[in-house]
Amino acid sequence: MLLAKLYQQDRGGSFLLMALLLAAVLVPVLNLWVPESSPLHLSTYTVTLLGKYLCYALLAMALDLVWGYCGILSLGHGAFFALGGYAMGMYLMRAIGDRGVYGNPELPDFMVFLSWQEVPWYWNGFDMFWFALLMVVLAPGILAFVFGWFAFRARVTGVYLSIMTQALTFALMLAFFRNEMGFGGNNGLTDFKDILGFDLQADSTRIGLFLVSVLVLALAYLACRYIINSKLGRVVVAIRDAEDRARFVGYKVESFKLWLFVFSAVLAGIAGALYVPQVGIINPGEFAPLNSIEMVIWVAVGGRGTLYGAAAGALLVNYGKTYFTAAFPEIWLFALGALFVLVTVFLPRGIIGLMRRGKDRQS
Amino acid sequence: MKVLDRTREVMRRDRVFDFMMPKVVFSPDLDTRHGPILYLEGVTVSFDGFKALNDLTLYINNGELRCVIGANGAGKTTMMDVITGKTRPDAGSVYFGQKIDLLRMSETDIAQGGIGRKFQKPTVFEFHTVYENLELSMAANKQVWHTLFARLNGEQRDRIDRILELVGLVEERHRLAGVLSHGQKQWLEIGMLLMQNPRVLLVDEPVAGMTVQETERTAELLTSLAGEHSVVVVEHDMEFVRSIARTVTVLHEGSVLAEGSMDEVQNDPRVIEVYLGE
Repeated sequence: MLLAKLYQQDRGGSFLLMALLLAAVLVPVLNLWVPESSPLHLSTYTVTLLGKYLCYALLAMALDLVWGYCGILSLGHGAFFALGGYAMGMYLMRAIGDRGVYGNPELPDFMVFLSWQEVPWYWNGFDMFWFALLMVVLAPGILAFVFGWFAFRARVTGVYLSIMTQALTFALMLAFFRNEMGFGGNNGLTDFKDILGFDLQADSTRIGLFLVSVLVLALAYLACRYIINSKLGRVVVAIRDAEDRARFVGYKVESFKLWLFVFSAVLAGIAGALYVPQVGIINPGEFAPLNSIEMVIWVAVGGRGTLYGAAAGALLVNYGKTYFTAAFPEIWLFALGALFVLVTVFLPRGIIGLMRRGKDRQS
Repeated sequence: MKVLDRTREVMRRDRVFDFMMPKVVFSPDLDTRHGPILYLEGVTVSFDGFKALNDLTLYINNGELRCVIGANGAGKTTMMDVITGKTRPDAGSVYFGQKIDLLRMSETDIAQGGIGRKFQKPTVFEFHTVYENLELSMAANKQVWHTLFARLNGEQRDRIDRILELVGLVEERHRLAGVLSHGQKQWLEIGMLLMQNPRVLLVDEPVAGMTVQETERTAELLTSLAGEHSVVVVEHDMEFVRSIARTVTVLHEGSVLAEGSMDEVQNDPRVIEVYLGE
């Protein structure tokens, strides 16, 4: 009954959830039970690739929540994504134990290499999975809270805010590049062995991670949809359209922006945490400003202010990226730039907007 | 020097630190025993040496309909900015009722506490329906967590229906506010103010750009609101002011030039000089 109501109100969303459900059934079957000789077999490489796309979709949705609905164009969501990724990466590093190249039971490889004697204090606790999960939420959440608290209170908006978020992710990138930070410098964290005792290279673990990604994306979509359909969602859109009016109607604009921003950052962090075990590496490159700008393009291509559009955009652009970077590696960046220009000029509401327009014409 | 001045100001012996002061409580029974609901006394605001308000003293009585007129730059909008907390004056005091010092309060607190403001340009939430616009403006707990789970109850729906009727937008309730005509937007905005249960309504140029019929309807609407609410109207249109005003205040160069009924004011030699001298 609840699902029927959802379908009536939100076609695109139910389509997304249905596609996720379908993927959750088909992908494991095609990968694990269809023999490799069959043309229908799905390689583990593809499964991992799909899982990666799902993480990007979650990230794009988080960005759409603040950009599409509240008008906060964050060009630094890559920072929250990477922080979540690092928190998970630190757990995976500790899980290696003495199986590293140097075989040191206490220290991760890169610390041995730097001839450190002991693990820095901020690595404490990361041998416990629950603690790492807590940090996946807290690290991006607290950063977003502190940043947002200052920025929104000082009423920084528009392009200035975008530039500040960009500077934030750039500063973090420079910091994480330094070996002294104790996060593996420019090599980052890699060479992971297993997660909660399951071998990361095994097909079944890959499928498990894929299924978790599907589940988290679906839950995150429902949570975002709930927020947007609530009165809070209407207030947020009101702030986007007429901030002064919202303030004089009696809403504390900065608190609303702050909580939405923090929630979005936490979602981005969770996306990062799911991404790292599937990809097998996290390095400061994830903080690169270019990454954060790319995310904005995913959302713009899909159609902002719809949530599912952002997810669709992320899947589409990343599929394009995988294809183009393999087929014509030199022109990928040009293609991306051209895509952004074309979408901004001809499809201001993205692919979803195009589909809606087509439907309106028919009826 | 600025830092030193600020330190001195903070350490002044004759005043109490803001955070030590008891928290201001807006109670529904505002203390208006002495008549006025708004007190502005000796208010001065200067921007880079230009005095937008110059020792302005003005009292608005409880339940009255007051029109404020004046040439451009006379300080009408700045006065509203001061009352709603958008601009802090350099000197003077602003009280709401007998006890509430508006200069210590934030814009949102003032808005929630019972002073509603309509902007010069109609500002409504364009991507929401008329009904949602009123819902969002309703006096309610407006904290983030509370709004996430808020649901309309029957009583609140009735209130929205009543206001829809009052401002004449019943037919338009499910249309997006962005597609309303200019006049309808103005009324919607007044309706949004009323949803907040305000004691004072500050209305900035309500009939600018309206047709004759729309102007008449607006006049009716504002007159019907006076009594239950105190209404302060800033307006250029003399015809409109004449049709609604009982008391008129003329501002000139940031302070009150004359005050009284429309006829008194129009025959005041100083007002004539200022208006005709231009």
